[in-house]
Amino acid sequence: MTSPRGDRAVPTGTATQAAGDAGVAEARALTKRFGDVVAVDRVDLAVGAGEVVGLLGANGAGKTTLMRLLLGLMPVSGGWVALFGMAPSRATRRRVGYVPQGLGLYEDLTVAENLSFAAAAYGVPVVPPPDLGDVAETRVRDLPLGIRRRVAFAAALQHGPELLVLDEPTSGVDVVARSDLWDTIRTATERGAAAIVSTHHMDEASRCDRLVLMAAGRVVAEGTLDRIIGRERTVVVHAEEWTKVLEAVGSAGLSAALVGTTVRVHGAAPEAVHAVLERAGIDAALELVAPTLDEVFAGLVAGGWRPERGDDRR
Amino acid sequence: MNAFGVTDLVVRYGRLTAVCGVSFTVPPGRIVSLIGGDGAGKTTTLRALAGVVAPAAGQVRSPGKAGIGYVPAGPGVYMDLTIEENLAFSGHAYGVPAAVLDRRIGALLAATALSPARRRLAGALSGGMRRKLALAMALIHEPRLLILDEATTGVDPVSRAELWRMIAGAAARGAAVVFATTYIEEAERAFHVVALERGRVLLKGSPEGIVASIPGRIREVRERPQGGIAYRRGQGFRLWDPKSGDEGIRPDLEDALVIAALKARERAA
Repeated sequence: MTSPRGDRAVPTGTATQAAGDAGVAEARALTKRFGDVVAVDRVDLAVGAGEVVGLLGANGAGKTTLMRLLLGLMPVSGGWVALFGMAPSRATRRRVGYVPQGLGLYEDLTVAENLSFAAAAYGVPVVPPPDLGDVAETRVRDLPLGIRRRVAFAAALQHGPELLVLDEPTSGVDVVARSDLWDTIRTATERGAAAIVSTHHMDEASRCDRLVLMAAGRVVAEGTLDRIIGRERTVVVHAEEWTKVLEAVGSAGLSAALVGTTVRVHGAAPEAVHAVLERAGIDAALELVAPTLDEVFAGLVAGGWRPERGDDRR
Repeated sequence: MNAFGVTDLVVRYGRLTAVCGVSFTVPPGRIVSLIGGDGAGKTTTLRALAGVVAPAAGQVRSPGKAGIGYVPAGPGVYMDLTIEENLAFSGHAYGVPAAVLDRRIGALLAATALSPARRRLAGALSGGMRRKLALAMALIHEPRLLILDEATTGVDPVSRAELWRMIAGAAARGAAVVFATTYIEEAERAFHVVALERGRVLLKGSPEGIVASIPGRIREVRERPQGGIAYRRGQGFRLWDPKSGDEGIRPDLEDALVIAALKARERAA
């Protein structure tokens, strides 16, 4: 894969106010309304060259709408969005590689035909990846999912995009295939591309440089995984009678999650957990650990907007 | 206390061997995870355990149809029935007595927070709500063995936490639970993990036991390593040094599974 970046001057489009060199994709106060529903609510976002930004959120949080606005697939209701310093257009689309959740391949066509088709659409010569040589003449529908995902990546990368937009890029594949697909993403970003990865899963989120968490159309937290997890702690309860722990903690209105035979309680002080267990007459050992991203995220959604989490945005 | 599970399970579809020699046990009140990618044999193993496909060889220990709750991959609900109708249908299918069915439906609607939507068609629900309904339908007869095939795929973190609360609740009531996933973060919530690759068991044990079974340490390097067992992780690469005593970092469950899979492929090649 070749990168078309090089020493190309950053074009200054008409619809942008700013967008420096770092802003491969940039949004300010970006808003999208569908009737009375505000799907994307004053979102600020900046994705720089060489960076992988993970986009996380509940279903209906506005991730997909945000991605579609970034790609220029729908008009904005307020604020602005810029790709490569320009308003999204057919010209910016040529510089983006997009792998949708459904992969966007033609199942009836062979791997080689899919790659030729994608290359022709972008007006570039086809670049068949050597690792797909064995399956070049196989129809996509006859391939296992892991290989289909590699084909979709190859189709989206052969025009040397400067921005990758990937929707749950490794869903359904084994650990080695996931590692290999992320190698492809990282190889592209090491050559200067930026990447936006939408995901529901920690296995993917932990591989991003920076995360943007969305809820109800708004950005509720942003930063590195360590930064987002911050100083929060989860209480892990070790007890012989874990079923009683689960029941006691649950009926006290605390969030309890079973892991093995331990019970994780997030969003409560250890003293509070201790008190609940003592009242139930349960003998247990408590341990404080870093929360998972899921736990932090559930707390953020339950607790609503917390402005102190947004203070490290670019 | 009867444990369920499979021993030396072999399943063939025509000339294709989908599962070959898989064994594991699911004790009551315990959660077991099957992790693997597309084609690893997870679904086939679960289908054999559920009695949906017949094994070509090996033993299946299950409580029989009436004692099994099975959430297949895919929607698992009737799109043109309401939430309530789906639950009632499932209750009747499992022969839940009318006297207890209403109470069970009420409890499951409360546990899933689906009460306000009880009269909505399943086809009009979000993906997360549909998965909660499918799980509720599988729990209506209080099964002794709960089988879940990627029950949380495509579900956001908030709905996922609710699903997990229900699954933990079933285990706490004494059900044996086995679930399939492609994600390590989910697999490691289980008491016992079975990693499958190409129809065979790659590794199995507690998450800690699996990690402990991989000798040596991991070195993190910036440049792509030439040779050896190495893979991308984060911004750099990880290189396994099986002989190292304390130089480098300890493998975690993801490292363990990747290393075991790469070793198995090296041997096969």
